[in-house]
Amino acid sequence: MTCTEFLALLDDLIDDSVNPDTRAELQQHLKGCEHCEVTLNTTRKTIEIYRSHEIYELPASLRERLHAAIMARCKKGC
Amino acid sequence: MPMATIQSLAGENEQHPDVALIERVRAGDVSAYDTLVRKYERQVFRIAQHITQNREDAEDVMQDAFLKAYEKLDQFQGNSKFYTWLVRIAVNESLMRLRKRRTGKMVSIDEDVETEEGSVPRDLADWAPDPEQNYTQSELGEILRKTIQGLPPGFRIVFVLRDVDGLSTEETAETLGLSVPAVKSRLLRARLQLRERLSRYFRRKRGAKK
Repeated sequence: MTCTEFLALLDDLIDDSVNPDTRAELQQHLKGCEHCEVTLNTTRKTIEIYRSHEIYELPASLRERLHAAIMARCKKGC
Repeated sequence: MPMATIQSLAGENEQHPDVALIERVRAGDVSAYDTLVRKYERQVFRIAQHITQNREDAEDVMQDAFLKAYEKLDQFQGNSKFYTWLVRIAVNESLMRLRKRRTGKMVSIDEDVETEEGSVPRDLADWAPDPEQNYTQSELGEILRKTIQGLPPGFRIVFVLRDVDGLSTEETAETLGLSVPAVKSRLLRARLQLRERLSRYFRRKRGAKK
């Protein structure tokens, strides 16, 4: 397996949607390729960081204000 | 009856909790809609912010999306999840806001999405262990915002829906009106581009201990 082939399957590997044979091939490639191992680990980390950090907080006061505005208009029949 | 059959039957009959709330709203119970709004307002606001990149627009989109969903609830078929239906409305409202800001210029989720494959260069340096801990919360927030804002909108939305919001590939495709292969291709390139850009901040410093 080449690095290009590995990269094409990177998402499937990360999302755990590869069949056992392909997984074995990917693992085999990883054993001998530090670059792809770094790419895999840092891509996983990228996703994890974005998932665990809310970068657009909705402050409680704003949330309440918007919520009240939405519900007031819904009650009026919009 | 074999176990597998019983389980699959149970799976088919399992009702998403939103379905009961929607039925109550349709029967005139506004408080049930209050519950739905509370449940999803953060996500809708986040998606609107990611697309419009403007706080005021995101506030407007959030209100308009929930109001539109309320008005159109009769049209909601129930063959998709309420949330994906709602997000679709929010995405369209967000794109409309962008169009208004950039008067006359067409804005779509296809914008700036180049088609050539494998165009992402690779930074091959490994990252420091727990690299985010080298920054304060506000520095990290700034880095993450700046980095994702640099992606083409069509990549950004796919990444947010799929990886941050946790929608499936199929749901993301349905929400954005894209094919499944298009979502997959954008997701891969979004992930790789984000990784590449974050590498600048997170790579192991020269001389740092392994």
